[in-house]
Amino acid sequence: MSELLVEATGLHTYYGSSHVLRGVDLRIGCGESIGLMGRNGMGKTTLLRTIIGLVRSREGRVRIRGRDATREAAHRIARMGVAYVPEGRGIFPNLSVHENLIMAARPGSEGRRDWTLERVLETFPRLAERMRHGGGQLSGGEQQMLTIGRALMTNPELLILDEATEGLAPKIAREIWTIVRKVRESGIATVIVDKNFAAVNSITDRNLILVKGEVVYEGPAAELRERPDVHQRYLGV
Amino acid sequence: MDTAIFFIQVLNSVQYGLLLFLVASGLTLIFGIMGIINLAHGSFYMIGAYLAFSLTGLIGDFWLALAAGVVVAVLIGLALEWLVIRFLYDRDHLYQVLLTYGLILIFEECRSLLWGDDVHGVPVPPALDFSIPLTENLSYQVFRVAMSAICLALAAGMYWLIQKTRLGMMIRAGSVNREMVQSLGINIGLLYRVVFALGVALAAFAGMLGSPVSSVFPGMGNQVLIVSFVVVVIGGIGSVKGALVAALAIGFADTFGKVLLPQIAGMVVYLLMAAILLWRPQGIFGKA
Repeated sequence: MSELLVEATGLHTYYGSSHVLRGVDLRIGCGESIGLMGRNGMGKTTLLRTIIGLVRSREGRVRIRGRDATREAAHRIARMGVAYVPEGRGIFPNLSVHENLIMAARPGSEGRRDWTLERVLETFPRLAERMRHGGGQLSGGEQQMLTIGRALMTNPELLILDEATEGLAPKIAREIWTIVRKVRESGIATVIVDKNFAAVNSITDRNLILVKGEVVYEGPAAELRERPDVHQRYLGV
Repeated sequence: MDTAIFFIQVLNSVQYGLLLFLVASGLTLIFGIMGIINLAHGSFYMIGAYLAFSLTGLIGDFWLALAAGVVVAVLIGLALEWLVIRFLYDRDHLYQVLLTYGLILIFEECRSLLWGDDVHGVPVPPALDFSIPLTENLSYQVFRVAMSAICLALAAGMYWLIQKTRLGMMIRAGSVNREMVQSLGINIGLLYRVVFALGVALAAFAGMLGSPVSSVFPGMGNQVLIVSFVVVVIGGIGSVKGALVAALAIGFADTFGKVLLPQIAGMVVYLLMAAILLWRPQGIFGKA
């Protein structure tokens, strides 16, 4: 595996008294694409939120490029190159599309400036037509593109996509997958959570399955395709 | 009412309304963006007036005193946010009200210790201390016109800051989704500190700018606080544009109320508020 970007070890995270993550390890190499699978309520979003510093783990460590980021503030972790596209999108409805895109624009943690406004608009031509619109006026698919575009404007090393195609029409979802593929090919590492396991599997290098806060399966994408037993046992499909 | 008197009352209304806007805009920003009910906001207006009184005496020039006072106010704002306010973001409004009410008492006590309980005055800057004659026996003071012009320039500056700059975009974004702003690499704690200091500076600036035309006296902040809350509620919580419209409306209602309906002058502002809230409970520019 290439150089390690994120290394989470032994994460235990609680919400109040409920023990959500029970000793999760997750390693993400530079440029690597990882599928994070599991049924609802198994701790996928909690794992992502723990890594990006929005939730604190009670035990365990998170390292980003070897630097300890376990107790770092969320904005510092973002500045280390981790971009998050949350479930439910998280656009700013009171800002225009243009403002949503430029408000957080910055060179990456290594000084990279690959993703400019021009390149984001090339990637998402639909957004270019809607620059003056308020974020809240966009359709669900356009909002999703805006969130991904906005995340790319921060020139991240890692893009985390939590349920990026949730609630979208199949045609729009396919458009999103095409874009995610492009992002992946540009060398940005990705963590993808999605209910469409086949689509995830066709993009990722490696997949993890979470059940009740524990990693029960980890393996290369090619392997999961030939393991209907794993699908059936842990994913219910 | 003859035209000259009417004209003078219009100028007075605008001047009072704009000054009120400076105080209320800070209040509405702090409430709308950070979710903090800041009862101590009137105290910053009072602190401004006392700063103008002391600094003008010390420096000798009103405008330099104003500039120095803004620096002091920003520092007070930054320190206060760091010491007290930042612990209130995740708390219930009740804690915010209790703590900021406590701050009022502390500020009043400090004011009493530092300046005593006498009424003071700040001289009108000599360069603007003359009047434009309107008719044979009516005239209007140039300083008051200058006050309105300065307030308008500040309002325009705030519009630019909030609508056109990246800082303004971050501020607006922070008012709807704090977590998302953080996840984009923006230090929300620092952003809130800046917004709070900006609000303090605006209120203090209003107190300083208004000091030559009103006197400087104990408890002056509380009067302003109540009217400012009326402005914020009428304009729609969190809306700076709403604060401007509402402050001007209050300026006119109060000034003309005193002239036309002197018997109920004290009530006019609140009647206006009641009428507007019946029509739009969320305020003129508030979101339902």
